[in-house]
Amino acid sequence: MAQDHPLPSISPDVRRSWWTPARRDHFIGYLFILPQITGLVVFVLVPLALMAWYSLNEWNVLAGTFSFVGLGNYEKLATDPALPGVLWASACFSVGLVLFNLSLALLLAVLLNQKLAGTVVFRTIFFSPVVVSLVAWAIVWRFLLQQDGGINAVLRMLSIDGPNWLRGPNTAMVSVIVVQVVKNVGLNMVLFLAALQNVPQELYEAARVDGASRWTQFFRITVPLISPTVLLTSIITVAGSLQVFAQIAVLTEGGPGTSTTVLVYYLYQQAFQFHFFGYGASLAMLLLLIVGALTYLQWSLRKAWVYDND
Amino acid sequence: MKRTITTTLCLTALLALAPTAFMTPAQAADGLSLRMAVWTGNAKHLALLNGIADAYKAKHPEIGTITFDTIPYDNYTTTLTTQIAGGNAPDLAWILESAAPDFVGSGALLALDDTLSSTAGYDFADLSPSATALWRQDGKLFAYPFSTSPYAIFANLDIIAAAGQKSPADLIAAGSWNWQTVATEAAAVHAKSGKNGVEIRDFDYKDWTLLTTVWDGWAARPWSADGKTCTLDSSDMADAMAFLHKAIFKDGAIPGPGTSGDFFAGDTAFSITQISRASLLKDGAFKWDLVPLPAGPKGSYSVIGQAGIGVFKNGKHPQDAAAFLAFLSSPENSLKLAQFFPPPRLSQLNAETLGKTNPLLSKSQLEEVVVKGITTGKVSPSHTNNAQIAQQIRASLDAAWTPDADLPAVLSGACAKIGPLLAH
Repeated sequence: MAQDHPLPSISPDVRRSWWTPARRDHFIGYLFILPQITGLVVFVLVPLALMAWYSLNEWNVLAGTFSFVGLGNYEKLATDPALPGVLWASACFSVGLVLFNLSLALLLAVLLNQKLAGTVVFRTIFFSPVVVSLVAWAIVWRFLLQQDGGINAVLRMLSIDGPNWLRGPNTAMVSVIVVQVVKNVGLNMVLFLAALQNVPQELYEAARVDGASRWTQFFRITVPLISPTVLLTSIITVAGSLQVFAQIAVLTEGGPGTSTTVLVYYLYQQAFQFHFFGYGASLAMLLLLIVGALTYLQWSLRKAWVYDND
Repeated sequence: MKRTITTTLCLTALLALAPTAFMTPAQAADGLSLRMAVWTGNAKHLALLNGIADAYKAKHPEIGTITFDTIPYDNYTTTLTTQIAGGNAPDLAWILESAAPDFVGSGALLALDDTLSSTAGYDFADLSPSATALWRQDGKLFAYPFSTSPYAIFANLDIIAAAGQKSPADLIAAGSWNWQTVATEAAAVHAKSGKNGVEIRDFDYKDWTLLTTVWDGWAARPWSADGKTCTLDSSDMADAMAFLHKAIFKDGAIPGPGTSGDFFAGDTAFSITQISRASLLKDGAFKWDLVPLPAGPKGSYSVIGQAGIGVFKNGKHPQDAAAFLAFLSSPENSLKLAQFFPPPRLSQLNAETLGKTNPLLSKSQLEEVVVKGITTGKVSPSHTNNAQIAQQIRASLDAAWTPDADLPAVLSGACAKIGPLLAH
């Protein structure tokens, strides 16, 4: 005979036990990250969603009209005759900046990793532009790079007739890249320096015992061991290069012609100067897609060249 | 207990402060607030505007504050439209002539006719039709052209004399005040002293609309009068651009791209700019003269720059803002503003009236340059969708500012770029 087993009644003590120490810890943990999550939602996710929505609409600010156009802005994107030139300028800037920035930062880090007198002073000198206001930095360089500016004055002392740096299509792009590299190379230099100082010295000693040259030591020991930092700096630099704006706005305004009109500057022109906010939003979505794709690509390829300690 | 008291105090304080956090500036002060966007940061300009605002507030106790919000000139229209997009439109704003078609045509501005014409003592009919033409649509006035300033030439007589050249007054008296002689003199100044010859102030090889001050001498404009056809590739424009190119790259009469210089610092012989820049002249720094623009191959001409004041429909208090604008632009206040901004009122456009508030300029300068300039001048070119068209022309003309430029190709290329935009 089956014996009836009445369901146990839930005592008040058991109900109270829902608020377990583990739940309390979780709750407190969420409270700690609440400011960060709030910032992320308010300043990143909501604007991102709004941008996606704006890209499906045409917004005439002056007339105060806001109308749904579906994929109209994306169709305009696909047929915009200026866009290939803009993407090419962005690519030139990014490739030039990343290559120049990373190689110069690594070179400086290797040089300043030596135990020599005065390295601290040089580290400070190379890092100091990082903390200078970006717009002030660009304004000073604009004066230096003009036809009768400081750079050409120095060149004249060497009997060299310098070009009008910001007015030639090629020299303008090179100038903008160099100005940006000098501004930010210190940051990557410090990251490389930290990575270099974490490379175990006994590996070099062992390599020297085995007769390895300094080049071999660099390429076989240093580069593999700092490759995680190379990955980090390359992701940061690539993403940053695609977001360049202030330097272009101050130095060239996208000229001469459209030779330095990079994607973010073009977006600014479309949205804020020409008042095509919907189209500007679709350009922002394109930028998001490009940055996301490049970051994913770099992350995916890391196994092929990044040394993993584990 | 202590914790309970602290918590209670904090909550009370928060509750007390919460309403102020959500309070708009208009509610925060006694009476409503008006905000007017301007691009001037000049202390004298702002003092004058604030003085007029104080007088208005004294008569209208319902107005709490009137603020003049300075937005930098370089990005003025961009910043203004961004404020509008953000739901923070000012009540009134200065509007650049280049943006006039966009603002007037968009429906963003309040029609002013009723308010201005019904204001006692306003004398609405006194506003010059030529001065208000740019700001009208369908017979309605959408902005008050508070500044109608002709372009003219400031001349540094010391530099010109030191280079052994004739003064502008002598050239005018001899009937040879034209671009050819000015370019010749400017080139001679540059060759002998190394100083700049003629500067087109603020052009900087970017703001091409200022080239109208030269182009009009050749009757050259970027587009046709109806705004539908590009005329940058016309023969008149080709001649005007050829003159400029030669003056820049062959004769050295005009400083080239990337060359610094400033007439008011005393390192340039001639400067094409608006007369309002006379305030930059320092007492006794050098002898100077103000003369009309030289004649071109197509005869004498005058170019005027304008700025209007509009009231935004989407502002917080459009009717109150329009009433303040009526006070600001009344005959009495127009006369006060005339010391900086040439007025659009026919009754005030004479040398006697303007002379009272422009002590730096002589009667003949006011008559020849200001009054004649305003009554006969053409406004700088502007078009709907002006920013996009201007950007296309700027980008195209960049190729013209090199010594070996192919000008016909550059100009026809510019037309290929802006043709569809004009037609649209």
